[in-house]
Amino acid sequence: MNVAPKPAFVLRQRHLLGIEGLSREEIVGLLDLAGEFVDLNRRVEKKTTSLRGRTQINLFFEASTRTQASFELAGKRLGADVMNMSVASSSIRKGETLMDTAITLNAMHPDILVVRHNASGAVKLLADKVDCSVVNAGDGAHEHPTQALLDALTIRRNKGRIEGLTVAICGDITHSRVARSNFLLLNAMDARVRVIAPSTLLPPGIERFGVEVYRDMREGLKDADIVMMLRLQRERMNGSFIPSSTEYFAYYGLDEKKLAYAKPDALVMHPGPMNRGVEINSTVADGARSLIREQVEMGVAVRMAILEALSRNLPNA
Amino acid sequence: MLSERRPILLANARVVDPSRDLDLVADVLIADGLVRDIKRGIGAAGVPEGTEVVDCAGKVVAPGLVDMRAFIGEPGAEYRETFASASQAAAAGGVTTIVCQPDTHPPIDDPATVDFVMRRARDTAIVKVVPMAALTKGLKGEEMTEFGLLKAAGAVAFTDGARSVTNAKVMRRALTYARDFDALIVHHTEDPNLSSDGVMNEGEYAARLGLLGIPKTAETIMLERDVRLVGLAGSRYHAASLTCADSLEVLKRAKDAGLRITASASINHITLNELDVGSYRTFCKVTPPLRPESDRVALVEALCSGLVDVIMSDHDPQDVETKRLPFAEATPGAIGVETMLVAGLRLVHSGDVPLPTLIRAMSTRPAELLGLPGGTLKPGAPADVIVVDLDTPWVLDREDLKSKCKNSPFDEARLQGRVVRTMVSGRTVFEFV
Repeated sequence: MNVAPKPAFVLRQRHLLGIEGLSREEIVGLLDLAGEFVDLNRRVEKKTTSLRGRTQINLFFEASTRTQASFELAGKRLGADVMNMSVASSSIRKGETLMDTAITLNAMHPDILVVRHNASGAVKLLADKVDCSVVNAGDGAHEHPTQALLDALTIRRNKGRIEGLTVAICGDITHSRVARSNFLLLNAMDARVRVIAPSTLLPPGIERFGVEVYRDMREGLKDADIVMMLRLQRERMNGSFIPSSTEYFAYYGLDEKKLAYAKPDALVMHPGPMNRGVEINSTVADGARSLIREQVEMGVAVRMAILEALSRNLPNA
Repeated sequence: MLSERRPILLANARVVDPSRDLDLVADVLIADGLVRDIKRGIGAAGVPEGTEVVDCAGKVVAPGLVDMRAFIGEPGAEYRETFASASQAAAAGGVTTIVCQPDTHPPIDDPATVDFVMRRARDTAIVKVVPMAALTKGLKGEEMTEFGLLKAAGAVAFTDGARSVTNAKVMRRALTYARDFDALIVHHTEDPNLSSDGVMNEGEYAARLGLLGIPKTAETIMLERDVRLVGLAGSRYHAASLTCADSLEVLKRAKDAGLRITASASINHITLNELDVGSYRTFCKVTPPLRPESDRVALVEALCSGLVDVIMSDHDPQDVETKRLPFAEATPGAIGVETMLVAGLRLVHSGDVPLPTLIRAMSTRPAELLGLPGGTLKPGAPADVIVVDLDTPWVLDREDLKSKCKNSPFDEARLQGRVVRTMVSGRTVFEFV
């Protein structure tokens, strides 16, 4: 893999709020940088010092295990002081919590804030009020840029490229920030993107997102190189968007039979956490063609790359 | 700035009076709170002694605006707006009559509350304020209010404000009963089940922002239902705020069929579209939501053809605590009473709407529909008069607005033209200096 020399790569922005606004060169730059961190993370000595003296606060208004852990490890391996704050968004009035917390934290002079919030646009709202760099760790159904980047890195390492691949994204597109960020990134990298979902889980206007829309797994998975499954939230299963999880699995759940519609060397991805038996069965999830565990590994490396790249733009760097 | 009521001559003005299809250069004589005379060349010689003569060359004199839909916080939400603050904003915007909405706390649903509102407004407001009363008790959509007594107390129409009456039987009964009192029913046409969790117009743009959409169908279904019910009842009905081309089709069919149906559109929906939401601007979150440009254009055409009768401000003050939030969590609403005329002038300057058409929709038509004496410069009419400079360019700074809340979608907008004088019953209540 060709690795760009470090000083050459600079993000042209202070925050990472979404894939929207990133150029193709910036995406490639981040993936290259992340590739270096993958190697570092496999060594015994995993620490570097590029964020030494920096303070990173992970501010999560929505429950998260893996993303928060991934950002925490990423910051620590770069030498930053990392603090985790989980704010149960239901306990206090949400908006006040968001703005007040932002102003309070800002006064403590963090260098990087990593924020997840259940409302679309909330991370940008917060970014406008603070002096540090902000990383969007997921805002509502809007964007989840680090997930799309780690997905891209996983694809690139396994397929050698992203350009020209057919990626089928299956499941609850309407409520998925992962899907939106992936549409933007995969299109920027000239992949062919398909979505497969029941019509109730497709947002109006989806046909204008630069994706091909399918309602049937057999057609949608034909010739696919990558099958990316999305999580279906429990509250959407019973009668509101789909009649039942049983019916959903029958038509849209990934099992060996449906996977056989895709290319013989197609690989399976899932952003996690999985609902085994709802959108994917265990045989496929744990099978030889599953990249799900590798996605988690890439997640740490991608987040290190983002923190590193943003820190290069920080004052006095 | 209440001046004493001495006679005043507005000289050499372009006089626009849609009630008589007048658009000419003339002098307007105002005395004893009434419009006395309009003709060319009254001049300083032809006026009573002590008359103040104001040269209005290059400016427009028109009847004061009648804003058919404005939420004021009294009673119950005085921190958002009072009759006093709203009337200051209205005067600065050329609005001489505010029609306030009944979705207050408590709601304006009994004659005593109507009486309170009218007395309170009389004592504290510098423009005229008349209330609409609730259509159903407690705005619950279940039982109709006392249309007869409320009308006698001063209510000019009946509405549940920003709520829809979802029960068709309740709506049918209310429409049927209203006919006996010739009461005007004003209805917010939005099916709350279809709009449910939505926060902006349904479509590509909402999907990109990751926001849940409100389909236009939520509006047209309710309007279609109401048209059928009005067909049964034969009463007077006014759609409170239409926003899309599909609704205009329904409206046109109803009007062509001879039903006594009229409609408003808000200043927001004829001058802004869904793209103004930009990156989650909560000041552009309104109910119903801003629609695509094609619908805005359709509304402007309907305004010109007279299909849409009224343009109103849909004034809804919201403070920082309800607006400085993530978009989905912010309360909808935009202030507008002070800016509706200047925002509307954008359409005049762009050549899309003739000035008399705009004034008719903001003044003459609402006055007619509500049976109010304003909306005209006919000699003998109350001198609710505005003087407008059409040309001066300026940039709106929300901090300069007189409303208690500053949630204007036109903040930082480049505007052309402004109200320079507002008179209510012959008294100058606002002058721009």
